[in-house]
Amino acid sequence: MYPLKDQACIVGVGETAYTRGSGKTDLALMLEASMHALSDAGLSPHDIDGIIPPPLQSTSEHFAANLGVEDLRYAVTVHMGGASPVTSLQSAAMAVACGVAKNVLVPLGWNGYSTMRLRDMGNKSKGNGGGGGGAPGALANTIGEYYLPYGANVPVQWYAWLATRHKELYDTPDEAMGTVAVTSRKHAQLNDKAYMQGRPLSMEDYLNARWVSKPFRLFDCCLETDGAAAVVVTSPERARDLKHDPVYISGIAEGHPYPADDIPARPDPFTIGLSFATPNALQMADVDLKDLDFAEIYDCFTYVVLLQMEALGLCKRGEVGEYAQGNRFALDGELPLNTHGGLHSEAHVWGMNHVVEATHQLRHEAGERQVQDAQLGLVTGWGDFGDGSLAIMRR
Amino acid sequence: MAETHEYKRPVPKMRGFAAEFYAYCKQHELRFQRCADCRTWRHVPRDMCAKCGSFAWEWAQSSGKGTLFSWTTAMQPMLPQFADLVPYSPVVVELEEGVRMLSWLTDVEDADLQLDLPLEVVFDDVTPEVTLPKFRRAG
Repeated sequence: MYPLKDQACIVGVGETAYTRGSGKTDLALMLEASMHALSDAGLSPHDIDGIIPPPLQSTSEHFAANLGVEDLRYAVTVHMGGASPVTSLQSAAMAVACGVAKNVLVPLGWNGYSTMRLRDMGNKSKGNGGGGGGAPGALANTIGEYYLPYGANVPVQWYAWLATRHKELYDTPDEAMGTVAVTSRKHAQLNDKAYMQGRPLSMEDYLNARWVSKPFRLFDCCLETDGAAAVVVTSPERARDLKHDPVYISGIAEGHPYPADDIPARPDPFTIGLSFATPNALQMADVDLKDLDFAEIYDCFTYVVLLQMEALGLCKRGEVGEYAQGNRFALDGELPLNTHGGLHSEAHVWGMNHVVEATHQLRHEAGERQVQDAQLGLVTGWGDFGDGSLAIMRR
Repeated sequence: MAETHEYKRPVPKMRGFAAEFYAYCKQHELRFQRCADCRTWRHVPRDMCAKCGSFAWEWAQSSGKGTLFSWTTAMQPMLPQFADLVPYSPVVVELEEGVRMLSWLTDVEDADLQLDLPLEVVFDDVTPEVTLPKFRRAG
């Protein structure tokens, strides 16, 4: 019924340093992470015959020319913002399972601090074109014509409409949002790559921080960083000859809110992309949520994590305020969350670092932050106006 | 309600359907697309009725009455053109006809924002070419 289950696996992961001021181009960062991923897999660049670059300036042609891929058999790009990396895994898995490509490279990187800050979206002098000035193509018309005149040009404002209504309807306490931020920061202290290592955050710090766009305070918002991460996907057969035990893509799905290009118009604002992806990925993997050993949930903003928890079915609609409390998400808790620090406290590379971390956890090589005997984990993606994706991964 | 000084904030690009939407706003009429076949209202404007598949539609006049569906209060400017306004609140208004749109409120303090607040449209001629629909408390 689900022919894609366990038919592809991640065999190599790589990252650059996460900084504010890389001094390199987006492409150079991604090539560096890609070479780390290939080395981790025990493959050479010439083994790559599929490339799925992110919806940014660098194309598969640029990658192939730099890496020396003379016979590129599969090249696509997923246009789902921060949901792109996980959805790209789905595309890579399909290509591998069908024999279209043997080894697929999925890179993601940018100068998210030095060059293209999300806060500048819609600002013509700094944006990268399009009707909304820097906004992704599918959203540019809505933003430029109907949001921008009212000063609503960036994600922290759009997602706040979802958060405000949900918070008002269900009386979610600020501390539930804070739990996401504080947990991520705590886990980042055990991660040498985390940008926020050495800078702990208490609930008091969280609550006392300045407002950005209500109901979001400073630490409701993720980092802006420079850096790149990449993974290599291949078949279980080829994985046998490679350096590491494979991490299987057991269930994977994408989902889109309706309509995807306008947030106010949605009949139910809390039916997000992940609401559609969840049943498909869980059924494909044939697992239950209670079987999960950890969750890497896309954390651009704290409340986005809470909405995804409800969409995943970890708790019922409106109950996440009660669910997201205490030590539930600690490394030795019921469901360890964003074990590397996430976008909040490690780095913002569109969640590709979540995929890398899930791989480390399932290989049992996460060091001090290793979740004991981790066998099964999930990674979500969130992008644009609430596009979603979900990967269920196992060792 | 027009501002007396030069208007420096971003205005709609008014391409395609948006040109028609804002042309009605300029006449101080709030109109949305309504399917000519199944009568379903829609916004933002589109080519087809997603409910029945019809390409036939009209710009039907809204009562301009609605309620507050959600909001955010921007506490730091993300664009320099809005810096002097901070804090300001981009709000989502649900019209009686069922469509929702983004707007501003003209007479509600941020502290008084609450779900389902009754609202009615007002028109702000921000430039000689552009009129933005905004909302105030309904009497």
